Amino acid sequence: MQNTSLQLNQLGQLKHFLDVEGLSKELLTEILDTADSFISVGKQQVKKVPLLRGTTVVNLFFEASTRTRTTFELAAKRLSADVINMNISTSATSKGESLMDMLRNLEAMDADMFVVRHENSGAPHFIAEYVTPNVAVVNAGDGRHAHPTQAMLDMATIRRHKGDFENLSVAIVGDIMHSRVARSQIHALKILGAKEIRLISPETLLPPFIENLGATVYHDMRDGVADVDVVIMLRLQKERMQSALLPSEQEFFNLYGLTETKLKLAKSDAIIMHPGPINRGVEIQSEVADCDRSVILNQVNYGIAVRMAIMSMAMAGQNQSSLSSISDKGGEK
Amino acid sequence: MGDANKMKLPDLDVVLKQMVLNLKEYLQDKSIDDPAMVGIHTGGVWLAEKLHSQLTLGDPLGELDITFYRDDFTRTGLHPSVKPSELPFSVEDRHIILVDDVIMSGRTIRAALNELFDYGRPASVTLVALFDLNARELPIGADIVGQALALKEGERVKLTGPNPLAVELIHYSLS
Repeated sequence: MQNTSLQLNQLGQLKHFLDVEGLSKELLTEILDTADSFISVGKQQVKKVPLLRGTTVVNLFFEASTRTRTTFELAAKRLSADVINMNISTSATSKGESLMDMLRNLEAMDADMFVVRHENSGAPHFIAEYVTPNVAVVNAGDGRHAHPTQAMLDMATIRRHKGDFENLSVAIVGDIMHSRVARSQIHALKILGAKEIRLISPETLLPPFIENLGATVYHDMRDGVADVDVVIMLRLQKERMQSALLPSEQEFFNLYGLTETKLKLAKSDAIIMHPGPINRGVEIQSEVADCDRSVILNQVNYGIAVRMAIMSMAMAGQNQSSLSSISDKGGEK
Repeated sequence: MGDANKMKLPDLDVVLKQMVLNLKEYLQDKSIDDPAMVGIHTGGVWLAEKLHSQLTLGDPLGELDITFYRDDFTRTGLHPSVKPSELPFSVEDRHIILVDDVIMSGRTIRAALNELFDYGRPASVTLVALFDLNARELPIGADIVGQALALKEGERVKLTGPNPLAVELIHYSLS
């Protein structure tokens, strides 16, 4: 997809955040650095900074989500923005209103940012393309395509716990085919220069030609996790069980579930990650999910800081592009 | 203020020594004991490190990055090199010495005070600045000033550091 030009303003700054694919290493690093500074805000007595005071953020969720929506809401509120949550499945489109008409209505309410989750791949891009100028769009997960803020919070977690990407082997385990998280993670790891990306999955849950993204495919988990620094488990969606892609939950757990025995094959200081919500006993053994090498809850915590960084950078990028179109009337200071 | 024609930049060692004396006297007058010091990134932290080492304070130096509290975000965007703020002590009920290199419009100090109060309610805040450029846009004043400088149009001072700490006069062209 032609995302890069859509996502950046003429100064090369972020103005929408739709996909990590096509963004530069410098920009991703800037997001991670900015997020690091926002982590201290959560430790203040007043957990708020006035950066986006007076701006209105609309959470447009066409697909159910609790955690992602909550962390976006919290991130916006910690930036002092006003937040409206729209649960579209129970709202207008179910009355037959088109996406375009709904957009125009929200714009008429002077919204400054849309955070969009949609079951169709490309919906946030569509909105970004047709939204009025000065409104930023952030992708909170679209279809099987991308979940870029999740990927960035995963990168923040890896960097904080493991340091430079150049020396790291990262394994992503589970249902790669239906996972927008995995796709965004692969792109982000590639851009940030990870040493090795391994995908561990049964053939039936692997999209064709995925190796072309620069990853190595493993079908045997024991080979796949050997000596890795990071193990990222993906959620196995229960509805996949009804399809013919998997024999049974138990067999999936035996082959691809992360157990203490399989974890022993990874590096002794390897960290365990999971985008949540976790299915204990399906993709991950309960003891492993709760052990001290598991950083699953740290991911949630960094997720707020990463989303604060992305939202404020996109808002700044929007302001800058509207300024430069009326600029050259004399610089500030 | 005094020198009419070519401005001479002051000797930092001399200025710093005087600032330490003035600050000690000021704290004594106000009967402030056991204050905590906070520097504002980046120049203010460098200056605060020097003052902190000569005042024998109980707590380590705190650092503030006021980027998220600036009032010109919509005009200038985020500064690309934001550093995390770090206050290794509780601000609640403490006497705080806030340190910056230059006080000009007062907007930086306004932002720093806002951020400081988001960490707690200090007992008092004493403001220390190396240079006062007398160009205030807000009702904010420093309690201890190293030296007042009268800059001409197109002149700025820049602190370089941290070791050695030095000042330079920069000429920039308008328009």
